[in-house]
Amino acid sequence: MPSTEKSESSEDLDRRIVLATQRGLPLDAKPYQWLGQELGVPQELVMERINTMLGDGRIRRIGTVPNHYRLGYVANGMSVWDIPDNLIQEVGQQVGHLEMVSHCYHRARHLPDWPYNLFAMVHGQTQAEVHDKVDHIAQLLGDRNRQHDVLFSTRILKKSGLRIGA
Amino acid sequence: MDALDRRIINALQREFPVCERPFDVAAQQLDTSESELITRIRCMLDDGLLTRFGPLFNAENMGGALSLCAMQVPEKRFEEVAKQVNALAEVAHNYQRTHRMNMWFVLATETAEALQNAIRQIESVTGLTVFDMPKVDEFYVGLYLEV
Repeated sequence: MPSTEKSESSEDLDRRIVLATQRGLPLDAKPYQWLGQELGVPQELVMERINTMLGDGRIRRIGTVPNHYRLGYVANGMSVWDIPDNLIQEVGQQVGHLEMVSHCYHRARHLPDWPYNLFAMVHGQTQAEVHDKVDHIAQLLGDRNRQHDVLFSTRILKKSGLRIGA
Repeated sequence: MDALDRRIINALQREFPVCERPFDVAAQQLDTSESELITRIRCMLDDGLLTRFGPLFNAENMGGALSLCAMQVPEKRFEEVAKQVNALAEVAHNYQRTHRMNMWFVLATETAEALQNAIRQIESVTGLTVFDMPKVDEFYVGLYLEV
């Protein structure tokens, strides 16, 4: 290996791997070898760093991201819930594991304008279907939920995707 | 989209192997060939059925800062404010939603300080309050959609 590469830190290499795969994994039979050649490091090292990033959560997973609009999931409701602070862990775990929920976060509330502290994205083929699913969650939560609402997006104003700087 | 496309979308939403010939390994479980799997993924990307194939990064674990912000924008100022907010490179996406809080955007910056600066800048340009709703905890992030 050339001497310049020996001195590269894992952190720098990880950053280069992130940049090289920001647009996706190469559609090549040996994608990690392809990346290794691109980055000037052995594919074993690329795989090791990717496994490390999968392990510590910097990479959530590798795979496909379907376009949910194209797959017919055109109604995507952001359900928001006002959960007592002492129950947020228990309720968050329960809601997050429901099949119908894709993202589930505890977020800061802003009283009095915004009383909700649990956010869960609910997907459906129609708004009525999303409302049914939200009603189902409300039933599950019972009196652990003080109030809730569901917000539908009516327009995408900007979508640039997340990019880290080069 | 046929049955094989569906199997590919469903299976590869869960995981993809890290090994020398990952498409070959994945193809065996999908009852197809390595070259067919690569072709199918390429076609679904070109066709827009897939928005992405590859690693999904967690921006916060990468050292950046990320927050969901909301604003109550008066209807008659909506277009103007959308333009002002979108002008900031730190705004990654922005949605109009059905609520009194009708504008929802994600701020992504390299540092927590830059994120607070972006919020102050939006407040000063628009004259409106930005409700910053950073994530306190994450219970589940899965984009799994059965097709």
